Amino acid sequence: MMADVSTPLVQLPQRSPLLTRMGWSTFVVAALLVCVLAPALNLLVPADSALHLSDYAVALLGKIMCYAILALAMDLIWGYTGILSLGHGLFFALGGYVMGMYLMRQIGRDGNYKSDLPDFMVFLDWKELPWQWALSDNFTATVLLVVLVPGLVAFVFGYFAFRSRIKGVYFSIITQAMTFAAMLLFFRNETGFGGNNGFTDFKRILGIAIATPQMRMFLFVLTGCTLLAFFLLGRWLVRAKFGRVLQAIRDSESRVMFCGYSPLGYKLAIWTISAMMCGIAGALYVPQVGIINPSEMSPANSIEIAIWAAVGGRATLIGPIIGAFVVSGAKSWLTVAYPEFWLYFLGALFIAVTLFLPGGIVGLSRSWKRGGK
Amino acid sequence: MTPDLLEEGARRRAQLASAVVSGKTESGGRQAGFSRIATPGEVDITHGRILYLEDVSVSFDGFKAINKLSLDIAPGELRCIIGPNGAGKTTMMDIITGKTRPDEGTVFFGSTIDLLRYNEPQIAQMGIGRKFQKPTVFEQLTVFENLELALKTDKRVRPSMLFRLDSAQGDQLAELLHTIHLADAVTRMAGNLSHGQKQWLEIGMLLVQEPLLLLLDEPVAGMTDEETERTAELFLSLKGKHSLMVVEHDMSFIRTISEIVTVLCDGSVLAQGTLDQVQADGRVIEVYLGR
Repeated sequence: MMADVSTPLVQLPQRSPLLTRMGWSTFVVAALLVCVLAPALNLLVPADSALHLSDYAVALLGKIMCYAILALAMDLIWGYTGILSLGHGLFFALGGYVMGMYLMRQIGRDGNYKSDLPDFMVFLDWKELPWQWALSDNFTATVLLVVLVPGLVAFVFGYFAFRSRIKGVYFSIITQAMTFAAMLLFFRNETGFGGNNGFTDFKRILGIAIATPQMRMFLFVLTGCTLLAFFLLGRWLVRAKFGRVLQAIRDSESRVMFCGYSPLGYKLAIWTISAMMCGIAGALYVPQVGIINPSEMSPANSIEIAIWAAVGGRATLIGPIIGAFVVSGAKSWLTVAYPEFWLYFLGALFIAVTLFLPGGIVGLSRSWKRGGK
Repeated sequence: MTPDLLEEGARRRAQLASAVVSGKTESGGRQAGFSRIATPGEVDITHGRILYLEDVSVSFDGFKAINKLSLDIAPGELRCIIGPNGAGKTTMMDIITGKTRPDEGTVFFGSTIDLLRYNEPQIAQMGIGRKFQKPTVFEQLTVFENLELALKTDKRVRPSMLFRLDSAQGDQLAELLHTIHLADAVTRMAGNLSHGQKQWLEIGMLLVQEPLLLLLDEPVAGMTDEETERTAELFLSLKGKHSLMVVEHDMSFIRTISEIVTVLCDGSVLAQGTLDQVQADGRVIEVYLGR
């Protein structure tokens, strides 16, 4: 018979907190490492001390933190929503190009040709800036465009792809084609983005020299804070009912539709948010590495983002960040020590993770914990 | 239109006319008339039918899955649909829920809503819930999260980001968890439930959507006898408040719950009546045994 429904004794689960106590302490430690310890070790500790953090390490870590933002963005769209994008490098490069254009204009008349125009335009014998450079001398506009350009491209592309209900491997292939097409477009000189050389020789940002330790450290701290903020944003998104709808779309899209949700809006929202995060990562990356060119849009780069997420552990948020650090760290070591083996290693790693570690590094540590209990 | 339907319609019209405040609005000896306003999205059941299919046909690669099918369901009715494999039962549900577009025919929800103009999420929001043949729940979410997702709320993107369960909704879920006998499994992953429990969870997900019409495709498949019995009880308690369309092969289950049984064969209605009537029908016996 039916249970007595007048006095339900069901204990409904509590809403989970944004971060657990443990999570918050780790978060604060990470914030202190990035904002206090790293600047102190780099700028205050003398260079001959064993505790000194070298400029090389700052540059490398800053770069990897940009990659970690990419991996986080990939996790939201792939890990949680089940949409594998192999074109996220495009959004990263678009953000990078917007920032690069601003940095090119900041060179002013200090270029090789002492012209108001960027050097490559003088070289091509152009007399005035093309239309797409109209807002490039305005920092506020640049910051907005860093978010809006990748966001808009993603929105338009996503709208048509998701509306046509393109899914799975077909979607992945189309995103791959999209970034490849964009790469070919940016390789051309006529496009007005410096052709295959791209942009480099940046001198200053907001009128302040870039190549000083202080500015590099500032960019490092800014990147670290952005990564931490995006981690919280990601937690907030996946903890909300929104995040559970995304997971539901991943597991059974038709059931989601018959529950009354239109997957188009959800997919488009997370896809666009993810692309915007990549754009910001690109804009932080370019002043730190000092160069942007179309090879950032090459399909291999986008695939690497997916590998970071898979190695770290999909649908965990923290996993892809760890994955980005581990894989990029291994890359920067291996490409120096055994340059010819890097690609074999990457391939083997991907196969090993797919076969033996479907949950990635985080999945492994979780199953160890469970086994220990 | 049967005479009793005509009579019922006339009675409803009379009721409506008397509901209008009769002022001195006449002209040339004629009374003024007021027509009802059709509210968009509101299901109009004043004509005594909640679902109405007429001459619906659909073919896949030349195979006529549904052939001139006409069927209607009254509000509060529990209708059982039986028929051999390939009779078009699931395709019919696909058409009603917007998954498949028919080649021709009309499908109305109430008297005013043409279902062929809407897509799956819109139809679900209007109040048609569907349970699939194979139990489909979100396996990576807990039982509670599954139900919370299905709960009738604003299902657009931004409200979902800001959604918080209020106490009334919490009570509703708690009560439902009892009804579907999953109160002990609130935090379990839906993927770890037994087959029968998944069926119950999916039925629960339908109920929290508060649909007017429930389409249930083989709801007791894979259930134990006890679970089947409970399901029958549940469906009988839903009858009256909701309209139900149940596709089943389990004849004893149908005998427990059914009033009117519709037999589908080759995409159209072969027979309709009580279970005893259709079981005595020569054509029905032929399609079930003759081949």
